[in-house]
Amino acid sequence: MDGFSSDFAAGAGGAGGAGKVDAGLIMEQVKVQIAVANAQELLQRMTDKCFRKCIGKPGSSLDNSEQKCVAMCMDRYMDAWNIVSKTYNSRLQRERARM
Amino acid sequence: MEAAGADPALQRFIAAESQRQRFQQLVHGLSEMCWDKCMDKPGPKLDSRTEACFVNCVERFIDTSQFILNRLEQTQKNKAPFSESLSD
Repeated sequence: MDGFSSDFAAGAGGAGGAGKVDAGLIMEQVKVQIAVANAQELLQRMTDKCFRKCIGKPGSSLDNSEQKCVAMCMDRYMDAWNIVSKTYNSRLQRERARM
Repeated sequence: MEAAGADPALQRFIAAESQRQRFQQLVHGLSEMCWDKCMDKPGPKLDSRTEACFVNCVERFIDTSQFILNRLEQTQKNKAPFSESLSD
């Protein structure tokens, strides 16, 4: 994490000092940061939802049935995410076509 | 950052990415909300009833958001300005 942000600052600052900021480099780094942020967002929400669904009373370990439940829950959460994304996207297209 | 802001290609990139990010953010939020409304115990497959529930959930959320926006607009037209009605 630290390496990532200091690389970013060094890259932008170094190029800026030379006269012009390398826009391509910035775009690449922004894309990576966005992808990381989105993965973290999904991970955090998925963990929260699947913990609630699968772990009723936390025991001394994550037992077999809980692990199975969490695995299925992860897959179903991804399914749900994709359906929501597709539905929302097609709704946006329809709204745009109406205007 | 000044030099970066002046670059038109970079500005276009930032605008496009910001929009994509707003979309992604809404999908995260809607997924979470509709999961609570639609999902029972997660099974080995997403059944068609649950899938339909997710689709309806997204569509009705957007309808609700538009309805609220329209109604707020209407009441604003017919009544005192928004700032006044908020302050009483």
